[in-house]
Amino acid sequence: MRLVSLLVLSAVVLATHAMAVPVPVPIPPDSVYQSTATLTDDTSRRFAWRSQRGRPQVVSMFYTSCKFVCPMIVDGGKAIEQSLTSQERARIGVTLISLDPAHDTPQTLARMRRERDLDPARWTLARPEPQDVRVIAGLLGIRYRALADGEFNHTSVLVLLDADGRVLARTERVGGLPDPVFLAAVRRTVAR
Amino acid sequence: MRALLLLCLLPLVASASDGGGYVRIPGGEFASVLQYEDGRGPSRVAPFEVMQRPVTNAEFKAFVDKHPAWRRDRVATVFAEDGYLAQWQAPARLAPGEQALQPVTRVSWFAADAYCAAQGARLPRWIEWEYVAAADATRRDARRDPAWRERILAWYGRPSSRALPRAGAGAPNVYGVHDLHGVVWEWVDDYSALLVSSDSRNQGDPDRRQFCGAGALSVGDREQYAVLMRVAMLSALAGSDTTMNLGFRCVRELR
Repeated sequence: MRLVSLLVLSAVVLATHAMAVPVPVPIPPDSVYQSTATLTDDTSRRFAWRSQRGRPQVVSMFYTSCKFVCPMIVDGGKAIEQSLTSQERARIGVTLISLDPAHDTPQTLARMRRERDLDPARWTLARPEPQDVRVIAGLLGIRYRALADGEFNHTSVLVLLDADGRVLARTERVGGLPDPVFLAAVRRTVAR
Repeated sequence: MRALLLLCLLPLVASASDGGGYVRIPGGEFASVLQYEDGRGPSRVAPFEVMQRPVTNAEFKAFVDKHPAWRRDRVATVFAEDGYLAQWQAPARLAPGEQALQPVTRVSWFAADAYCAAQGARLPRWIEWEYVAAADATRRDARRDPAWRERILAWYGRPSSRALPRAGAGAPNVYGVHDLHGVVWEWVDDYSALLVSSDSRNQGDPDRRQFCGAGALSVGDREQYAVLMRVAMLSALAGSDTTMNLGFRCVRELR
């Protein structure tokens, strides 16, 4: 009992200490994390997009009912991962943000995660608030248009963000064969 | 007491009349000049409210004063490029004279979007802008009239170095909306959608994408050069871009 309270106490002390020490470094002006957009993932967790700061990310936008290009975006993310060593892989995340928040519910996103076998330790599947879709797309340089039949047409692109949310590289080559220039940029980023 | 009451009301009145206040636009069927392959004839435009005139420098300055993150010396570069609000005398001071009443220009899409959001409004969608801009003084759709086309086309031939008129100085159209043509270009919410084709296979190289996107549109009415120029210009922009002649107005959904 005494040991437990001692442990609790030291945990509290450590925590307060840890909170007091780091001075928050401002988000760089050229970072997409200047956006205050919030996302909701496939477990219904709501989080600030900028809370992804701290770990480089390969980001893209997609929608789950998409049959042709979006599966290739997932393939593209997987191909990048498979080209990395397990150590490198652990230092980068893949974030797919929905263009279609009205239909891509957490349940729909969860199904996609199961079907495509996307490791939650590295892959984030999330939908933005409706009013933030075009803001996020604008920051990532993604153009899109809702088609009459409920599909979307959009720039299929992988965007590499450094740990602070700055765009370092982008490639429109999606699918199973990674763009070598983009892959090299990913490697350099995780090596830092 | 009366003066005090008035004072209390003033800020409210000022923000409610940004853009000259909103006017109601009835809904209707509308054939956009942009006919996408996936489209199915005319679009149904839902009723909405639109600012009578573009947002002015003074109005935008009031927004910037309240939201200093949008000052030109503080704005994140990811939201606005270098020329953002460069026409002002200082980050929080307009140039003397007419500037206060002229339409604000050199605003990025992100800044315009934030301004409208702060008003509980949003930027118009292209179809909404085009719908209101199709009107002349007496008709809701004047696009078939060659004289009207000539008039709006004439503006595009004028040098852009000419000083801007006051916002709202142009004659109102049938809805009571001013300056849709002849003063500034205006941002729309879906600027980045305009030339996106309906065929995903065109999404490869960005230059080609734009080109193919344009190809996948059939232009419903090739006589509408003035409107098409707008589409071409808007579709070439990034959200952080600003230009000397690009301003905006907001719309509100009907409650």
